[in-house]
Order: sequence, then C-alpha cells, then structure tokens
Amino acid sequence: MTTTGLLFDIKKFAIHDGPGIRTTVFVSGCPLTCWWCHNPECQIENGSNGENLVQRKTVSEIIKEVERDIPFYDESGGGVTFSGGEPMLQLPFLTELLLECRKRGIHTAVDTSGYAEERDFSAILENVDMFLYDLKLMDDELHQKTTGVSNKKILSNLEFLAEQGANVRIRIPLIPDITDTNENLEAIGTYLLTLKRRFPADLLPFNIFYKSKYDRLKLDNRLKNMETQSPQRIVDIRETLASSGLDVFV
Amino acid sequence: MNDRIKELRDASIAAVPKISMERATLLTEFYQNGVAEGNSVPVARAKAFAYLMDKKTVWIGENELIVGERGPAPKETPTYPEICTHTLEDFEILHNREKISFQAGEDVKQVQKETIIPVWQNRSMRKRIMDAMDDAWLEAFDAGVFTEFMEQRAPGHTVLDDKIYRKGMRDFIREINDSIDRLDFENDPDAFARREQLTAMKIAAGALIRFAQRYADYAEKLLQKEKNQDRQKELQEIASVCRRVPEHAPETFHEALQYYWFVHLGVITELNTWDSFNPGRLDRHLLPFYRKGIDDGSLTEEVARELLQAFWIKFNNQPAPPKVGVTAQESNTYTDFCLINLGGVDEKGENAVNEMTYMILDVIEEMRLLQPSSMVQISKVNPDHYLHRALKIVKTGYGQPSIFNTDAIVQEMLRQGKTFEDARNGGASGCVETGAFGKESYILTGYFNLVKVLEITLNNGVDPRSDKKIGLESGNPASFTSFDELYGAFEKQLHYFVDVKLKGNRIIERLWATVLPAPFLSILVDDCIARGKDYNDGGARYNTSYVQGVGLGSITDSLSAINHHVFTEKSVTLESLQNALLANFEGTECLRILLKEKTPRYGNDDDRADTITQRVFESYFAAVDGRPNTKGGHYRINLLPTTVHVYFGSVVGATPDGRKAYTPLSEGISPVQGTDRKGPTAVIRSAAKIDHLRTGGTLLNQKFTPQILETEDGIRKVGQLVRTYFKMDGHHIQFNVIDAETLKEAQKHPENYRDLIVRVAGYSDYFVDLGEDLQNEIIRRTEHADF
Repeated sequence: MTTTGLLFDIKKFAIHDGPGIRTTVFVSGCPLTCWWCHNPECQIENGSNGENLVQRKTVSEIIKEVERDIPFYDESGGGVTFSGGEPMLQLPFLTELLLECRKRGIHTAVDTSGYAEERDFSAILENVDMFLYDLKLMDDELHQKTTGVSNKKILSNLEFLAEQGANVRIRIPLIPDITDTNENLEAIGTYLLTLKRRFPADLLPFNIFYKSKYDRLKLDNRLKNMETQSPQRIVDIRETLASSGLDVFV
Repeated sequence: MNDRIKELRDASIAAVPKISMERATLLTEFYQNGVAEGNSVPVARAKAFAYLMDKKTVWIGENELIVGERGPAPKETPTYPEICTHTLEDFEILHNREKISFQAGEDVKQVQKETIIPVWQNRSMRKRIMDAMDDAWLEAFDAGVFTEFMEQRAPGHTVLDDKIYRKGMRDFIREINDSIDRLDFENDPDAFARREQLTAMKIAAGALIRFAQRYADYAEKLLQKEKNQDRQKELQEIASVCRRVPEHAPETFHEALQYYWFVHLGVITELNTWDSFNPGRLDRHLLPFYRKGIDDGSLTEEVARELLQAFWIKFNNQPAPPKVGVTAQESNTYTDFCLINLGGVDEKGENAVNEMTYMILDVIEEMRLLQPSSMVQISKVNPDHYLHRALKIVKTGYGQPSIFNTDAIVQEMLRQGKTFEDARNGGASGCVETGAFGKESYILTGYFNLVKVLEITLNNGVDPRSDKKIGLESGNPASFTSFDELYGAFEKQLHYFVDVKLKGNRIIERLWATVLPAPFLSILVDDCIARGKDYNDGGARYNTSYVQGVGLGSITDSLSAINHHVFTEKSVTLESLQNALLANFEGTECLRILLKEKTPRYGNDDDRADTITQRVFESYFAAVDGRPNTKGGHYRINLLPTTVHVYFGSVVGATPDGRKAYTPLSEGISPVQGTDRKGPTAVIRSAAKIDHLRTGGTLLNQKFTPQILETEDGIRKVGQLVRTYFKMDGHHIQFNVIDAETLKEAQKHPENYRDLIVRVAGYSDYFVDLGEDLQNEIIRRTEHADF
C-alpha cells in the first residue's frame, strides 16, 4: 500500500471509460507520442505557468479515493479504470492497485496502448476485469510516424491476450485521414477476425474539444486545423466494420 | 396537443396577471352588512366563504372543458386583506415592475384606498402578528436571522388524498352531522367550540355545492346562445358534470377532475394558503376512473389526455397571490408550488406506477407550463423505465419533474410517528416537504439563516450591519483558542435564535387558530371532522411545524475556513480575518483568494469539510426537533431555500469562505456555487453524510449539460446516480439541464460557474477552462441540441 506512482488526475463519474459509473485514474508517462493525444499532460511535468501537473501518490491514497464511490459502482456495474498515459509503464504500482481493488471487489479496467512487454501483461492478467485496448494503425510505417513507436508489440500482445481469454474491448480512435481511412479500417477488421477471441470494438470519433488543452498547456498541436467527421461518415464506418462480422459500437 | 388545447394553452400563457378587487370587496361588504355579527368566529368565517362563493363571477372560457376560476377571469388574482393589506405603493410597484408584475390600474387603487385600507389596515393578521411580537423577535426578523411564513399567507402546506374521489360534499355533510350528534356536552368542555367549528364546516360544504351549481347554470346559459353543435354537447356535459360534483362522489374521469378543481378553488378562495393545495398522487387517484371509462367504452385515451391537459391549464391560470411590502428588484415567482406527485408506492408498499403515471408524464412534457409543478417519486420497487422516462423530460431543460426518494419519505414519516399506511400514501409537496397527504398540516414557519448566526457570533452578539446587539454575548472571538470554543459560541447563538423564533411561532399559531380558522380546508383534512377541530387549530391527524435551515454549504465552508486557516494551518488570526470580513476584503484580496481557493469545502467528499456539515446539522436538529407546537404536534427541521438564499445573502457581510458581502448564500443542501470540483458522485457523497431521514425534506440541485443525457447510456447512468443517492437515503435531487443562455453567462462570469462540466464524446472538461472558440462551439451545440 506504500508503493507510489505518478498520476495527473483522478476523475469521478467517468461514464465513457468502461461499463457503469467509474473513477478513472490517469497515470503519467507514455511511451507513445501520438499526434492526436487527448491527454498531452501525461507527457509533461509542468504546465505553462510552471505549475506541477504530476502528483506522486501512494496506492493507499488512491484506493482511499477510489473506495468512496463503491456505492455508485455497485449500483451501475461500474468500477475503476486505470488510464493515462500508459498505466503499464508503472507496473509495480499498477499491479498493487489492481490487487487492492480485487480484494475490495472493485471492477477494474486497464486502458492501454498495448505497448509493453508480454510478461507485464501476463503478470497482471488475473487481476484485471477488462482491458480497453487501443488499436490505431495496421501500417507499421505510418504507426511509427504518427505515434513514435512500432505496432509490432501492440499486435503481439493483443494476440497474447486473445489466447489467454482476457476480456478486451478494442478502441479505435478515428483520426481523419490517418486512422479513419478505408484501407486502415479494413485492415483492422481483417486482423481482429484472425484473433482467437472475437473482441468488441468501440469507435472513438475525432473531436476537437481537446484542443483547448493544448492551448492551455501552450503545446504545439499538429492537428489544430483538423475537422471532426460527419455523423454520416461515422455511421458508414461502423457499418463497414460491422458487416465483416465484428461487434462495433460508437 | 390538439388545436383546442393549443388555443387554451396559448391563451393561458398570454393572459396578463392583474389584481382583482372582487374578493376583497365582497369580503368587506360581508363584514360590513352585519351578517357576521353574533356568530362565532368559525361560523362567521364560513359565512364569509359562502358569501364569496355565492357572489363571485363565474367564468367559462371559449372551448374550455374543465371550468372554474379563482378570480373573475384567468390570472385575475384576488387579494386577502384580512391577512395582509396592500398599500397603494405596493400596487404601484406591482403594476410597474418589470418582472412578476400585476396590473393594478387607477380603479383598483381607488377601491383599495377608499374601501379596503380603512377597514383592514389595522385588523389584518399581519398587523396582529407584528403587534404581538416582542423586541427580540422583531430585531432578529429585521436583521434577517429568520423569516416568518404566516405574516402574509395562511398556513397551507397540505395536499389532498383520495377522499374526494369516494365522497361527495353531501357525504361530508353527513359525517359532520354525525360528529355533531356525537358531541358530549356533559363531559367535553370543548363541545360548544367543536359544534361551532363543525357548523362552520357544514356551511362551507354547502357553499361549494352552490358554487358548482352556478357553473352549471352558466354553462346552460351559454348553451342557449351556442350555434356550434359540438360545443353545445360539451356545454351540456359541463353542466351535467357540475350538477353532480362536488355534491356527489364522481363517477367518471371528467367528474373526478372537475370535482378536484372546484375543491382547489374553494381552498384558494377561502385563504391564500401557502404552497397551494394540490391533488397529490394524481396518477393513483385517476386510475380507477380511467380504467372504468376505457372498459365500459365511455372514455378513450385521447379524451382522457385532452381532459388532463385542460386540467393542467387551469393551474397555470392561478398565479401566486402577490405579497405586500414588495420591492421592484425582489426576485419572486408566479409559481404557487402545486407539486403533483407521481409513482411511489401504495399503502402496502407495492409499486404504484401505472398507465396514468406515463400519461401524466406525457402531459407534463407536452404542456411545458410554469404551473402545476410536478415530481416523480422513485421507490426501489419502481421500474427503471419510469425513472428513465422522467429523465427524458428533465433532458428537455424544463427543470421538471424533480426526483424524490419514496423510501426515504416513508421513513421520515415513520420516525415522526405516522402509520405505515399514512406514510406510504403521502409524498412531498411545495418544494420538497414531506407530508401525509389528506391527514397532515405540515407548516413551514420560516427560513432560518445559519450563516447570519455565525456572523453574529463572530461579532459577539452584534449585527455588524446595524451595529445593534441582537444576540447573546458569546465571547470575543479574538480570545478563542480553539475551533471548539468558537463552535460552542456559535451553537449558543443558534439555540438562542431558535428559541426566539419558536416563541414567536407559538403566538402566531394561536392567532391563526382563533382569528382566521379555515372551515372549508378542514373538511378535506382528516381528522378535523372527527375531532370537531379546525385545520389551523390542530384538527389534522398530524400537526408538524418546520423551521427551514438555509445555507448549509456556506456555513460549512465558513466554519471550515476558520478551522483550516486559523486553527490548523495558523496562516491567519481570527482577529485579522474578522477585520478583513468587516472591510469586505478591501485591501486583503490575497487573503480572500486564499480562503476561496484553499478551504476544504462541502460538496467534494472531503471529510475535513463534511464533518463540519454533520456537526452543524446535529446542532440545528437538536435545537429544533421534537419541541412541541401549540397544535399537539412538534417542531421539525428541513433544509430548503426556495429563493431566500438571495435575501439571506443580502443581509450577511463577507464570510470566512471568501464570499463577498451581500452576495447570495448557497441554496438547499447544494454546495456553494461553483465550489464542487469533483463531480456529481462527490456532491452526492457529501450530501448523503447528513441524516436526511431526520428531516422533513432536503433540496439538492445538480447542473448538467444536455449532452450527458443525449444517449440511452447517459440516461441510464444518470438514473444510476439517482438510485445510488437514494440508496444512501437522499431525499430529493433536481437536475437543471444547462441551456445555451446559461453557458453564455458562464462565459461572461466564469467565477460563478467553475463547477460546470461539459462532456462530449468521451472527453470532458470544465467549461470555464475551455478556450473561447470551443466554448462557443459547445454553446452552438447546446442551442441546436435536438430534443
């Protein structure tokens, strides 16, 4: 309970990070540098005014905070989601958090880029109720260009989780002209069908609202002129993926 | 809605509120023509009521289905000079003010000046009350420590049960006669008083029958002139309905609604009762009539719906009667707090949601009228489908229905000693007040300004606004060495002012009981007939008096600021804090920011603050709860503000939580505006830390943008939020869905909206933290949200 980790926020009444009413713990640090990152504060330590964005907290402090909303989790089938940043980066911290949640019967979800070692996934597997697993681009060259890392580990870890029978929801961020191309989406669809388990997939339409974070943090935003997809485009994408036999949600 | 309802609705909305002198003139005429002389007070009051019902204008609007108006026409609003007498200046202000105005022309003012003022000015209840209060009461009242409900309006705060759907006024007269026959003059010293009271009730019951007959006559008269055959049939139907009810028990859906409406008009004509009377559990009352009509083919769903809509419009035609001593700026409302209850449980504790519940929810959604207000009772046995249906109406941003916890309401009543059956047949009325419908007089006696008491404590008994010593000398705060010492002084002042308030209340209760009894209302509330006692004199089965605490968030944060900064962090002394408060933080803005930003605050599930909330709650509860009133009942607490947190704020200087002088206090049990930064689950956790079950109602407001309720999933999760709060025994929650106008306001004054979270497609942020272009984008989306 005294292990510490770095985080930048704990958000309550999180209703988009897994089932039910949840508390989302946002941990700091990420091996990826996605152009469209929604939580750029996970990458930096200080805000534009020098304020400290990162807090160091013990497992016990976080559990105390998370426990407060147990009545809401019980009522709604919710729980806690570890997001980031990349929670797998602080493995001992995450492992202990998951264990403490398990002891208390709190449902857990790990929101991950998949960019970690297979043994790390293997280590936490039995104490995770659900993975929210990002799948961005099938073309490795483009993946490296826009996220800074190769997708090889990400794909192999997903295959590992499928083999292990883990409960996974795939999350596909729809970034205009980068991830939302027909070519990429078809490749993702084909790939998911080859896995040992059929995982449901959530489409995350691009939204411009996170731009203000970049402005506030005075960060360079590569996608600042990008527009959100039309609702019709989202429907079309969903239908295309669904017609290949996947469970797709928006 | 069909064309007829649309026209009636448009006409109701367009009607201009006016002062009507008819009631005041008739009442004055009655007392001047000498008929009242020689009668006991209740009999004279009943005869005055009969005089009003026999003489006042009858009015039937074009294409109306449910008939009857309180004034000579829709929104023509009577005055009640025997309770409070308006000055000419009052009329002037009401006539000219921009908001919540009432037309009062020269003719009206002339009648007021020549006929009404000379007779009533020195005899009104308000005058009697003010004359009877001692200096301590008057000083505290003037300082804004508390308000007094009964100085301008009659004790109302009651709601009808199912009795009128089973009994006609003839049946009530029979019961009254039986009760008179049972009087025991040989052994009961009050037998004579009881007989007078019962005689008065009988006169009042007869008056309502005649009033309905006058409507029947008028409908027949209109029928003679009517060319349209369809309308002729309707007028014929109206006439025959008015011939049957309220004299006899209703047999049809139409009769049930019309009967209630005549009863409603009787209650609000007799006196200007607080929290206007309402039918209560309407979905349950109407169900048998609806099913019977559908089964025997005499009623269709369309006709039932249309009649309900027509019924809704009648409420909207009756603005709350205007107050005296009004100001142009005063925030006020036309709403008279008729709160229709839906859902909940039956007397056996089983799910009471039925097909009428859903039909009435449709009507609420479609009518979108200011009045009547509506609420849904949510019990653990009620289906989610029903809760979700209600939330879909909430989503439209109309502020209704509000959401109540049936299971908490029942437990609140059981704690007060009511039977299971009476508790389960009850509900909430007014704003959030718990009551046993048809069996209880649950009087709100006045708001109590918890924050003002702290201000007086910090000034050792002196009100800094007037420099008068109005409280106890509880010690010079500069000498306090611990938070407990300060809190002890606050608690002493609290008890003192509660004593002052209750002493006044007991006198005021007697004045109403003896001077202005309510024989008509007494017919309707058990057990006034059986006891031969008036509603205003303890005739009801249960007689509860409330003192409503205001400013729970503000008082918590103020005490928490002192505890944290003065006694824990020791970053400021109490003396320098006190000087800063007296100077309204002039020259100490840094201190103010520290207090505002770094104080542990209520509404964030922060035990450092919430333990103080619990402590204040316990002190206030101990000061009030269980003390006897003069009607055989007890004083209780509830925590609700209506809009008084604005007035109460206007009499309180700067507070230790960084609030500037004379700005509003927190409302209900909601956190101080803009200080809950951890989202709705944290607010709910904080709010649930006080013991709602030992109150008669608490009020919690939550703000949401419509996007959160956009999807079925969002509605389900907000529903789960409600269910969780209710599992923790929360009494009531209301969701205010933020509209685009409010967002624009938040853009201009971000300091007041720091708690406003906007959620969009998986990403959420505080609205005030967004860049202007993005704020504008959300405003546009909110404006275009398709409901």
